[in-house]
Amino acid sequence: MTSEQTRDPGDGLSGVPLAVTPLNRKDFTSDQEVRWCPGCGDYAILSAVQSLLPGLGILRENTVVISGIGCASRFPYYVNSYGMHSIHGRALTIATGLAITRPDLAIMIATGDGDALSIGANHLIHTLRRNVNLTVLLFNNRIYGLTKGQYSPTSELGKVTRSSPLGSVDTPVNAVSLALGAEATFVARSIDSDRSHLTGVLRAAFEHRGTSLVEIYQNCPIFNDGAWDDLTSPDSDGVIELRQGAPITTPSGRLGVISGDDGSLQLAPINEVGLDRVLVHDAHREDPTQAFALSRLTDSGRVKRSPIGIFRQVSRPTFDDLGRQQLAVAAGDAARPTDQSVQALLAGESTWVLA
Amino acid sequence: MSEQVSRVVVRFAGDSGDGMQLTGGRFGADAARQGNDIVTLPDYPAEIRAPQGSLNGVSSFQVHFADVDIVTPGDDLDVLVAMNPAALKVHLPSLRRGGVLITDTAEYTRRNLSHAGYSSNPLTDGSLDQWQLVDLDLTSITSDAVQEFGLGRKTVSRSRNMLALGLVSWLYSRDLTPTRQWIRQRFSDNPRVRDANLAALQGGWNYGENTETFVVRYEVAPAGQSPGRYRQISGSQALALGLIAASHLSGLPLFLGAYPITPASDLLHELAKRKSFGVHTFQAEDEIAAVGAALGASFGGSLGVCTTSGPGFALKQEMINLAVMTELPLVVIDVQRAGPSTGMPTKTEQGDLLQALWGRNGESPVPVIAPQSPADCFDAAIEASRIALTSRTPVVLLADAYLANGSEPWLIPQIAELRPIDPNFARPPAEGGVFEPYRRDPATLDRPWAIPGTPGLEHRLGGLEKQDGLGNISYDPENHDKMVRLRAEHIARIPVPDAIWDDPSDAARVVVVGWGSSWGAITAAVRRVRQMGLPIAQVQVRHLNPLPANLGVLLRRGHRVIVPEVNLGQLSTVLRAKYLVDAQPWSRVRGRPLSVTELTEHLLQQVEEAQSDQ
Repeated sequence: MTSEQTRDPGDGLSGVPLAVTPLNRKDFTSDQEVRWCPGCGDYAILSAVQSLLPGLGILRENTVVISGIGCASRFPYYVNSYGMHSIHGRALTIATGLAITRPDLAIMIATGDGDALSIGANHLIHTLRRNVNLTVLLFNNRIYGLTKGQYSPTSELGKVTRSSPLGSVDTPVNAVSLALGAEATFVARSIDSDRSHLTGVLRAAFEHRGTSLVEIYQNCPIFNDGAWDDLTSPDSDGVIELRQGAPITTPSGRLGVISGDDGSLQLAPINEVGLDRVLVHDAHREDPTQAFALSRLTDSGRVKRSPIGIFRQVSRPTFDDLGRQQLAVAAGDAARPTDQSVQALLAGESTWVLA
Repeated sequence: MSEQVSRVVVRFAGDSGDGMQLTGGRFGADAARQGNDIVTLPDYPAEIRAPQGSLNGVSSFQVHFADVDIVTPGDDLDVLVAMNPAALKVHLPSLRRGGVLITDTAEYTRRNLSHAGYSSNPLTDGSLDQWQLVDLDLTSITSDAVQEFGLGRKTVSRSRNMLALGLVSWLYSRDLTPTRQWIRQRFSDNPRVRDANLAALQGGWNYGENTETFVVRYEVAPAGQSPGRYRQISGSQALALGLIAASHLSGLPLFLGAYPITPASDLLHELAKRKSFGVHTFQAEDEIAAVGAALGASFGGSLGVCTTSGPGFALKQEMINLAVMTELPLVVIDVQRAGPSTGMPTKTEQGDLLQALWGRNGESPVPVIAPQSPADCFDAAIEASRIALTSRTPVVLLADAYLANGSEPWLIPQIAELRPIDPNFARPPAEGGVFEPYRRDPATLDRPWAIPGTPGLEHRLGGLEKQDGLGNISYDPENHDKMVRLRAEHIARIPVPDAIWDDPSDAARVVVVGWGSSWGAITAAVRRVRQMGLPIAQVQVRHLNPLPANLGVLLRRGHRVIVPEVNLGQLSTVLRAKYLVDAQPWSRVRGRPLSVTELTEHLLQQVEEAQSDQ
């Protein structure tokens, strides 16, 4: 059953048929037993997604979850819709082919820091710059979990793991900075433990037309337990929440983000610099410079401070919409090729007849 | 004086910038239009702009045309047009003794001679005595022919190829009308260049007519081909058209994922032009993304295709394996080139058969099909698509650089007469019914193809082992053993036509077995052996997996089995392993099609030995 109701053409879900009968969380819960480790942050993310999907109002059968390899990539099995648990790093390539040919689907990718930022980093960059209409959930736990605890491309320098007994000598990558550098039109970050923030960001990501990248700080209780504790502990004042139109401050309101003399962004005591100097967040700025500067406020070692929320949200034609437009223009009035048009194509421009 | 000949091989060779591909292509197209059977072979350097006059920069185009059905571009040249000393150096060894050598004396400067590695001028040192040397100052003849148009020296020099074309056209009594028309069309926006080229073409013709350079002229009568409407077609074009035809026959949109790679890029170019036929081409960021996107499109119910060449094919294997596990349709076209590694990108080879069959981890059966000639690529593309869509499996089509670039006349088929392809998507189950994505058709073992958007068929696919029937993840040892066997049996059951035993004498003691493009050279060599009154049988293996059901029986009849390939014996390895027959490889791996002359000698020797064994 589909509804005639349509969404705004600029909406990420426009073109996806709407459900007439409201769905609920159970409709998106598959019969498969969830097999992540007890206490894994993935449970919270799955739960948030299963709760959010019915609220989007779209048909379940037009929802597709695609993943690569890693703990996060088990995700599709637990969402009762169409899904593919593909191969390491390549979920975005499969999703791109599907998005181009099926504008009636809402496509979500579940990936991790190894899957998206190491083996599949190439595809992440190119998908973002093309702006394919997809929603990417990047579970960042700063470790390889499924292969039992090797350092990942987001692990801090010096990280001691089974594959780096003397400490990793790899400089980590910042997913948000990378995405902004790759011309992404929607870049956000959230935390597995903050359900309402996560749900809000995910909803905005689905509704964005183009590639939405949501980095989710996620805890791996087995191989990297407490990776985000310094940020999320009650006595921390490091979660800098980005709210559209609001001054950018720490939770206590004690520190605010200001533009320093050298052009970089810095945190400064508001009672010293005054609230007027504190930047007001605007994710819709075409120029990604400020979003990038905000992304650099994240610590690269142990994370004690990091902005969360939507860094950038701008409108740009999507790759798949543009491609489909070219086909529509080329086809003109002819809805489908006919025997006659194909026959003419086979003959080409120059033929001869032998008697 | 005019003399009838049955078949002629002409090669135009010159510097990359001399327009040899254009000239040869034009000459071949005219021959086809005048009713000859033709086969062409372009050969060009990998370097886009090699130094002028260097051996590396030589580009050539060979045309074989005849009054009979021919199957190869020919080995020994009757005519070589060498536009400079480097072209002479590279191609003279292919010119038969007594053949016509046309060359431009103006190019034999000390500098060009030394670039080509000549210490003395071959035009004057007597080293060309065994050929009919026609040494003309093409440059100044062209200059005279086009002087009224007031063109610069460089532009004049660019018309030399048309002068050569005019001269060779005169030599073989070709009608210039179609080429004139073509020049008018091609240079319609530049009247001076157009007129200069027309004048140069006529100048070449007149030169043949008015001078006594040639003692005789030749004529090649039309070949007795089937009546009907023809066009000239290259393998790349035929593959592209075959895919579009398959899309039309199945009613599914065609999606091509591709990354530029020589010699497969022409396929991407051909299909990128066909948006009005609903063809979506995606130039991906790499080979893996290209095949991934094609598989994603297949998952969504399109005809997903990717095109590549050897190195790219290697990169795609893991994704092909995902298609094996998910049992989704996918067509992978490998335009083979000389390897290993980067190898010789513009040169042909049959080196990827074992990669196609066995180049993936685990037990990974995939149907493999190989077309035998450029025009045959059309049928092979439809066949590969049909198998992929109806049997829900990745299919590998092995073309090669020779097939893709070579061209021949093609009797245009009627699309309405081609058999439709039924993708047979799974339909929503009855109320309360449970959908099992791996519940197989008991006869074919095909699984249902349920595309997103279909209510009630929601399911998850993936690379992890599947539970038989339900398709859930399964680590059960017995289930894995069963699934491995089911996947093998599923592919083994795909119906392929029986192999045809071709032995008109019914007395052969030697059988030649080939696959793919070496069909041409093998067929030509077999004909020569038979013309000498000796019996020999031929079998072409079009389906490399599954192999034709009767092949084992055919090969075990006690004949000497010879397998000529442009590799070190890949099909022969398969035949030996599968049928326990003493299949003997015959290998030449030079980046060119097999030499008919050499192969004929080998086959004659084999036939004689087999007869004396009797």
